[in-house]
Amino acid sequence: MEGSSKVIHAMYTDDDVLMAAVKKVRAERYHIEEIYTPFPVHGLDKAMGLAPTRLAITSFLYGLAGLVVSIVMINYMMIEDWPQNIGGKPSFSYLENMPAFIPIMFELTVFFAAHLMVITFYLRSRMWPFKKAENPDTRTTDDHFLMEISAGDNVDEQFDILRNTGAVEVTLIDKAH
Amino acid sequence: MYTISNRLKTFSIILIVLGVLGVAYGFMTSHKSLEEVKTMLVEEHAHDGGHETSVQEHTESAGSEHADVSQDDKHAKHVQEQIAKRPWSAMYVSALFFMTIALGVLAFYAIQIASQAGWSPVLFRVMEAISAYLLPGAIIVILLAVGSHYIGHHNEIFVWMNPDVVADDKLIQNKSGYLNITAFLIRAIIFIGGWCTYWYFARKFSIAQDNAEPGDIRNFKKSFRIAAGFLVFYLYTESIMSWDWIMSVDPHWFSTLFGWYVFSGMIVAGITVIAMVAIYLKGKGLLPLVNDSHIHDLAKYMFGFSIFWAYLWFSQFMLIWYANIPEEVVYFVSRIEDYKLPFFGMLVLNFVFPFLILMHSDYKRVPWFVMMCGVVILIGHYVDLFVMIMPATVGDRWYIGIPEIGSILLLGGLFLLVVFTSMTKAPLTPKGNPFIKESENFHY
Repeated sequence: MEGSSKVIHAMYTDDDVLMAAVKKVRAERYHIEEIYTPFPVHGLDKAMGLAPTRLAITSFLYGLAGLVVSIVMINYMMIEDWPQNIGGKPSFSYLENMPAFIPIMFELTVFFAAHLMVITFYLRSRMWPFKKAENPDTRTTDDHFLMEISAGDNVDEQFDILRNTGAVEVTLIDKAH
Repeated sequence: MYTISNRLKTFSIILIVLGVLGVAYGFMTSHKSLEEVKTMLVEEHAHDGGHETSVQEHTESAGSEHADVSQDDKHAKHVQEQIAKRPWSAMYVSALFFMTIALGVLAFYAIQIASQAGWSPVLFRVMEAISAYLLPGAIIVILLAVGSHYIGHHNEIFVWMNPDVVADDKLIQNKSGYLNITAFLIRAIIFIGGWCTYWYFARKFSIAQDNAEPGDIRNFKKSFRIAAGFLVFYLYTESIMSWDWIMSVDPHWFSTLFGWYVFSGMIVAGITVIAMVAIYLKGKGLLPLVNDSHIHDLAKYMFGFSIFWAYLWFSQFMLIWYANIPEEVVYFVSRIEDYKLPFFGMLVLNFVFPFLILMHSDYKRVPWFVMMCGVVILIGHYVDLFVMIMPATVGDRWYIGIPEIGSILLLGGLFLLVVFTSMTKAPLTPKGNPFIKESENFHY
């Protein structure tokens, strides 16, 4: 039922069993709140019906930003502010000097894309410094998989379904304690 | 069992016939007498509107009329040779293009087997069939390389084969212990022999594994062992092959990165052809086990190796450009001066285009998208080889015209015929491969 603070925690010990369970539970039209796994399970996001991530798009934009920053920076340092004659290369033209700058352009593109993407990922996953772990059961950091389902009107029926999908442990949790 | 469709057969035969016509036209128009070349040069000179330069040259050479005439003769002779070399070089570039595709596919196949990859066995028969072109393809390359020396006069693709050139050239004389026709042929026989022996046994064990009893994986183990051995052999021979068959067209120039650079080109072209053939066969319903994820993986390789190619191209270019040592930089000077469009254009075709087009993960799963990108990559790699060979043979007298296109059609038709005929010789699914189940269920 909507608005209920009660959830059911079902524990699994195998990712394949978990995948099959996710499909079963979704077919029964129960709402999966969250799944905690000790490692990334391939295809779990699709099975859960999560919207595809937009992280790749942000990464591309960050890379572009890095590229622009590198071009502006090198142009200012090496061409405008303090032109230097290195190896007899034309020191007053960005374009003619570009082969020498490409490694820096590449590195800054990668640097911006990688770091900003990781920071975005942490923020989007609501993970920041001094954040308290949301993990409901420490065994999910070792070898257990936990599926959290909002409890409906008929909890006993939900328990049966979850046990039939191969859950090793099913518990009712009241979150509003 | 696959049977080659009549339409495909007719199509390849039409390509071959058109190609033969184009190549024949190229050879027939490439023999100009010295007089013809001189009139041509004069006409070109007038065409350039080179009033000032001709006046200048005239005043410069006014003192030594005799020397000027002999200089003119020498130049005309040089141009005459370049024109005679054009159809040979055009054939040679196309021959290398298709041969390197087959060799790249063979290397990729061996990597799949040696790494016991689980995703790719459904594509093994496609790879085996494409690399079947290696034997005829490599023999054609060698015949052209040596044939251009023995047939015709002063039209060899490799100047070091010409004794007149070597007689005046201290640098080539010093290298003649390595760069001579006998040694060239011996090395070629070792390379081709090694590669094709591997192909023969890999194919044999692959088919034998299909017919083996369930649980008997002896043939699989054997193919694993020879694949590992082949990869070691390939790594050395591919590098030496690239010096012999490609780099030595400029016998004064050398680059230690060259073998890797040629490898990156052949592996990306090879994977592209695997993807294109797989999509074609899947479209006809002949590869039911190949799913979107397999195409996705091939497209990822196309994307990755395109960047790898650009990385090696740039590594070679930047070091030589930066150091600016005359004997090294001459290679890029001649390419940037006379081949500006293909030289920089191939960077767009081989790097920028696949990079931007194949970056998005969903596009890699769309067959027509991969197909279109594959066509661009293949054009790019033809141009890559073109820019490797042509500046050394025809200089600034290049054009992508009838001889070049004719060569592509001729060898392309032959390539299709050999590949798809080889495809008919075995079932398209290697059902005995122990990883076939994993490959069938592959999803990313």
